[in-house]
Amino acid sequence: MQKLDYLKESPSQTAGPYVHIGLTPNKLGNVGIYPRDLGESPVSEGAQGERIVIVGTVRDGAGMILRDALIESWQADAQGLFSSNDPRGGADPKVSGWARIIADFDTGEWTLKTIKPGRVPFHDGRLMAPHISLWLVARGINLGLQTRIYFEDEENESCPVLQRIEHRERVKTLIAKKTGEGAYRFDVVLQGENETVFFDL
Amino acid sequence: MSQKNSVERGPLFFRDRDWHPAAYTPGYKTSITRAPFKPLVALSSTLSEETGPAFGHEMLGELDNNLILNFTGQPAVGERIIMHGRVLDESGRGVPGVLVEIWQANAGGRYRHKKDGYLAPLDPNFSGCGRTISGPDGSYEFLTIRPGAYPWPNHVNNWRPMHIHISVFGSGFGQRLITQMYFEGDPLIAKCPIVNTIGQQKAVEALVAPLDMNRAIPMDCLAYKFDIVLRGRRQSVFENRKEGM
Repeated sequence: MQKLDYLKESPSQTAGPYVHIGLTPNKLGNVGIYPRDLGESPVSEGAQGERIVIVGTVRDGAGMILRDALIESWQADAQGLFSSNDPRGGADPKVSGWARIIADFDTGEWTLKTIKPGRVPFHDGRLMAPHISLWLVARGINLGLQTRIYFEDEENESCPVLQRIEHRERVKTLIAKKTGEGAYRFDVVLQGENETVFFDL
Repeated sequence: MSQKNSVERGPLFFRDRDWHPAAYTPGYKTSITRAPFKPLVALSSTLSEETGPAFGHEMLGELDNNLILNFTGQPAVGERIIMHGRVLDESGRGVPGVLVEIWQANAGGRYRHKKDGYLAPLDPNFSGCGRTISGPDGSYEFLTIRPGAYPWPNHVNNWRPMHIHISVFGSGFGQRLITQMYFEGDPLIAKCPIVNTIGQQKAVEALVAPLDMNRAIPMDCLAYKFDIVLRGRRQSVFENRKEGM
């Protein structure tokens, strides 16, 4: 029989407590190596769409807020197009779509300033509800966790990804709460009561 | 921004989560309260995972991949090494144009981080931070010093093996990966609770870089080779997708 000659993906390891040295050295205070940290904003001045601010925390199974979490976000522009590698082409040039956010070293709160994304098609052409993809790493997390931020003031019922969540009451863990005009709150719970839905996508 | 974007579009290969470390690995204590207990919701990748940020070479400074000189311009103390390899996907193809970032402790095992209180001193000329972008064949290289082992509060007498943290992007956000490179022959590897979060010995071996004398520079530095493998992408023409997606 012939051999399947695929390689195996490199196994993941935790980002550890000192992830900021490599990924956000300026925010850590190690200035002078790079002119600025990458992923400071997913949008630049003049980006189309509704400006929004999302604030949140990440909590562990003991209810403690993580102060060493690092989150990256990836999203489409207001029309639902991605800035790179999108077969449908041309996104808003003012939307890079990617951000790197760290929990505050003292409070653990993180903030994402962006625009609300448009709807993106699923495999079969149905539209997914507006969402921002998150990838979360920290000390104690062995493989980056994938989740999504949805918005409570959008129509989420028809989203083919949310429909795949068998335990319907868990869907709410992915829905950011509106706290004001263009302001949302999204708290991640790693473990236990109200545990956030994480994906294998 | 780069050529890869015109070809890398298929759905991602499924992750082998028995190969990766599990979330709940009690030997590594911090994982006990940071591991989700509910099952992951699994489905095929969507455009949100198949697309991902692109980075251009123009963002790199001249010394970004030279950790010996990129902090003050004066050389860091320690064992000078080249760390090199290729970023590949599971189909064995080089992945060009992707960002590779690394961070590490200095030769004494001390990190330049306000939360690290280890008594080994900082090296005034070493920050421990570097980045580069893979070449057309997926290759990358760094010049750095070999990091020291260091103690950490897990069990009473746990010491991390010498290691370099690596963060890598693919062409899709669903390929995002952080891992650690270890060094051939280090006796601390087998004793480390973080290494041992990985259940399969073959998977552990995939993170151990061999000494590469062919890439060493005589009278200058040694070399270690470390290939990084990202999730592959399916290329079937039979995918059930509508035109233009």
